[in-house]
Amino acid sequence: MDETTSKLAFDTDWQYDPAPESTDHIRIDEQYELFIGGEFVAPKEGRYFDSINPANEQVLARVAAAGKDDVARAVKAARKAYQTSWSTLKPAERGKYIYRIARVLQERAREFAVIETLDGGKPIRESRDIDIPLAAAHFFYYAGWADKLEYAFPGKQVAALGVAGQIIPWNFPLLMAAWKIAPALACGNTVVLKPAETTPLTALKLAEVIRDAGLPPGVVNIVTGAGDTGAALVDHPDIDKIAFTGSTAVGRSIQKSLAGTSTKYTLELGGKAANIIFADAAIDEAVEGIVNGIFFNQGHVCCAGSRLLVQESVADEVIRKLKDRMESLIVGDPMDKNTDIGAINSPAQLAKIEDYLRIGQAEGGEMYQSSATLPTTGYWCRPTLFTGVSQSNRVVQEEIFGPVLAIQTFRTLEEGLDKANNTPYGLSGGVWTDKGAKIFKMTRAIRAGVIWANTFNKFDPASPFGGYKESGMGREGGLHGLDAYLELS
Amino acid sequence: MADLKDKNTRLAVGKTYKLYIDGKFPRTESGRYYPLHNKDEIIANVCLGSRKDTREAVVAARKAFAGWSGTSAYLRGQILYRIAEMLEGRSEQFVAELVKQGLTKAKARTEVAVSIDRLVYYAGWTDKFQQVFSSVNPVSSAHFNFTVPEPTGVVTIIAPEESGLLGLVSNIAAAIAGGNTCVALASYSMPLSAISFTEVLHAADVPAGVVNVLTGSRAELTEQFAAHMDVNAIVYCDGDAAVDREIQLHAANNIKRVVRRTGIDWSTEKGQGPYFIRDTQEFKTTWHPVGG
Amino acid sequence: MSTPASTSSSPLPRLDLVSRVDQTGVEERVARFCKRSIKKASKMQALKLALGMIDLTTLEGQDTPGKVRQLCQKAIHLHDSIPGLPHVAAVCVYPVMVGVARKALDDQGLAGEIKVASVATAFPSGMSPLHIKLEETKIAVAEGADEIDMVISRGAFLRGDYGYVFDEIAAVRDACGEAHLKVILETGELGTLDQVRRASVLAMHAGADFIKTSTGKIQPAATMPVTLVMLQAIRDHYYETGRQVGMKPAGGISKAKLAIQYLVMLRETLGQAWMAPEWFRFGASSLANDLIMQIQKQQTGVYQSADYFSKD
Repeated sequence: MDETTSKLAFDTDWQYDPAPESTDHIRIDEQYELFIGGEFVAPKEGRYFDSINPANEQVLARVAAAGKDDVARAVKAARKAYQTSWSTLKPAERGKYIYRIARVLQERAREFAVIETLDGGKPIRESRDIDIPLAAAHFFYYAGWADKLEYAFPGKQVAALGVAGQIIPWNFPLLMAAWKIAPALACGNTVVLKPAETTPLTALKLAEVIRDAGLPPGVVNIVTGAGDTGAALVDHPDIDKIAFTGSTAVGRSIQKSLAGTSTKYTLELGGKAANIIFADAAIDEAVEGIVNGIFFNQGHVCCAGSRLLVQESVADEVIRKLKDRMESLIVGDPMDKNTDIGAINSPAQLAKIEDYLRIGQAEGGEMYQSSATLPTTGYWCRPTLFTGVSQSNRVVQEEIFGPVLAIQTFRTLEEGLDKANNTPYGLSGGVWTDKGAKIFKMTRAIRAGVIWANTFNKFDPASPFGGYKESGMGREGGLHGLDAYLELS
Repeated sequence: MADLKDKNTRLAVGKTYKLYIDGKFPRTESGRYYPLHNKDEIIANVCLGSRKDTREAVVAARKAFAGWSGTSAYLRGQILYRIAEMLEGRSEQFVAELVKQGLTKAKARTEVAVSIDRLVYYAGWTDKFQQVFSSVNPVSSAHFNFTVPEPTGVVTIIAPEESGLLGLVSNIAAAIAGGNTCVALASYSMPLSAISFTEVLHAADVPAGVVNVLTGSRAELTEQFAAHMDVNAIVYCDGDAAVDREIQLHAANNIKRVVRRTGIDWSTEKGQGPYFIRDTQEFKTTWHPVGG
Repeated sequence: MSTPASTSSSPLPRLDLVSRVDQTGVEERVARFCKRSIKKASKMQALKLALGMIDLTTLEGQDTPGKVRQLCQKAIHLHDSIPGLPHVAAVCVYPVMVGVARKALDDQGLAGEIKVASVATAFPSGMSPLHIKLEETKIAVAEGADEIDMVISRGAFLRGDYGYVFDEIAAVRDACGEAHLKVILETGELGTLDQVRRASVLAMHAGADFIKTSTGKIQPAATMPVTLVMLQAIRDHYYETGRQVGMKPAGGISKAKLAIQYLVMLRETLGQAWMAPEWFRFGASSLANDLIMQIQKQQTGVYQSADYFSKD
């Protein structure tokens, strides 16, 4: 292959005009309160913070910051609801409430998609086609479990735990809320949920849905705020269970905070997944899988395929095709229906990513970025590759949580596998080969909780998700996701 | 010592109780010991295992993990069954040893019998628990999707203090039935059967490093059992709140799974079950496209 | 990059080394193309681009000189009430109609601007001896065909006789002389996308100027997944040899919206160099009118009725 003579040009005469999703049907209030005991209430200390649209740095709304007292109030409401309504309700009726949530989410899907994109910066295509439908599907899936729990764990009696404290990240705000709330409610628990401080709006909109669906007051409580709000929830003595999705560092501190208590916990933490391409793979689909693996949601994905391991004999071909493919990725206004890569969620996250870009180059890596033009306001990062890096480099070892792919080559299956497993993380992995026997050898040997073979970054409510090693413990989704919210005896 | 009491018979040969690490029986590298008493009598000098012994044991367990987890479930069942056979054959020795450590003869007999049966029980689970806990997941896209349990890796076990043989056997059996390798800390007050049990393991062709057993001080070794970065899970059976907290704090350093098994009467059916295996399993979900 | 019409064929490629295809992955990629939202000026540009890429086709047993002359008239005068429309790229007819089409276009002074394409090689089944196929090809060229749309011998391909298929294409290539050769894979009969990819590679190495999905006589005809696989094969051939090969999906593309989705796929797979009638064609009969209706709608803002647009 001679790249200089046969180069494809994607800067075509025919360009797509802007195709912005309409926002005229969207209502965002100027100020949002805490959702406690079925009502929106002001925070005791009167503190608020701004939620920013990362694509244009405009303030979308002022959002209440819950202090310790507010968290205590929410836990009290959840406890009361647990004791007086939710735990005494017939399981089938419990399920019907959850079905209602699913249905209303479906009805209001476009509104949620738009707000998700405004608040978090992800492309409207993803919030519209992935986040919101999956969130609704998650409620729909777990609703059906509510009156069938005795079939899930053979030989065991099941019982709800009580009050679950749930802390979710900013990368899939509504979807993570659904992943947390749906199984908790189905299993008969009540909930205090803390959304991430940069993306609180869809959770607060979900509060409206939950209220409108007629759930008994206090069954779901939503307390917005930053890390201190989360810490207050973790430290609250009347919480039976903490479910956390976020960084391994915070997960570790939660595990420590809960030491000496009987509070149960599940953790869904970071990752540095290897996406392994063998020479006999369907290369074009593999390239697409690489793109979905690392550029989906700006790379703000804990299970992102952030390490590409490509067999040496096809490395040039794969990298060349990847670079061509990156040229057709549209970076920009998340509200444009054609945007593939939206805004980086926050200035802090952008700074962290840019740090890693500097580190990667300082470590001797060769950086390549697509030629996409970036908007002048907002937080952006071009899709980025690092070649010439090795296991010892920080961009290979550490979770960047951005659209940055570290590429290494390998020669034999064993070498690829060794490199894939040479990490303290174990959330996900990818394998690409046309040979069935090799798929099973690899998918069994990769030490991670979700393995995508000849595909990547697929999610489904029926499919359990969660990590090995420092990527966390417990599963979300599917039958296995019930375990986190039940006492088995 | 105790065996030398009866002066009318030949001089009995006493037994030296050592550690079991990587399929070998070394003395503790520290050279330390603690005397084990039965009333006023010293019945054995037991190794006071060290942090370094723990490290050696974890290294051995890690080295053995790939092989043991890759062994067929059927063969793991055969080996567990073989352990039961060997223990049955030596049951009188174990009864005598338990009596020496303070149990009544009747209780000792029961403990040995239940231990044997427990091994048989888990031998039968090795190729079945996966079927109970697996699932094929009906995802909406054109993919085949399934979830299976896999062993979590190296498991440290702080075995029940009050149940010298059965408690140890129950916890080791559940861990290795699931394909994990383990490092167990024997009961401090009843360590002899634990060490004798490792001889049974050895005779039953359990591969080196799959089970490692240390004797020694809980206060001294718990930290390493909980903190070692190459340990994936810790099983704690004593229920001491302060120790439990210490374990959690150390475990958090590498997001170690902490399994608490307190208040369990190991001699009953409550002391066994596939969920004991599941405690040290990870669930792996695999996706693959369906197409032509 | 333009290449001469007659390119000597390379040796039979190792089809076992051709990159594998994963159907689900291809379908997912296609779904992404279909999600592109093409509005306003970019839509108008696409509609006109697509119009100019059409091989206006009639391939019926009941074709008559009269029908073919009407087709040519339509090719030239797509819809005179909208000024500034391009004409189609070519008319596509059976060999016995080549002379009629040639004359109809020449009479209007459009020789060279609108090409005459002729199917050949015992279209659509391809079930004739090679010498007859070559003779048919030569006759069509002699009658004035600028382009020959041949069908491959699917039976030979499916039984693994790749050498036969390769040699046959190469022979037809020679018989074409100056005419461009489009090689119809009849993908609906090949069974899998892997086979489509292999057949594409084989045809390009044997000297195809264009590769084409289908005859329109077999269902499924053109599909986006099949076309994507062929476009990827074209790209790999270009990477490998520097030679640009054209693409023609044919059969079943009758709506403007679908045509635009194909153009999105073309743009994001092969880029600028292929975005012209010289390198991409739609084999279609009723697509033109839908494109014109959409152009009218874009201009007036009013949705259109077929009654206002000439059928042929």
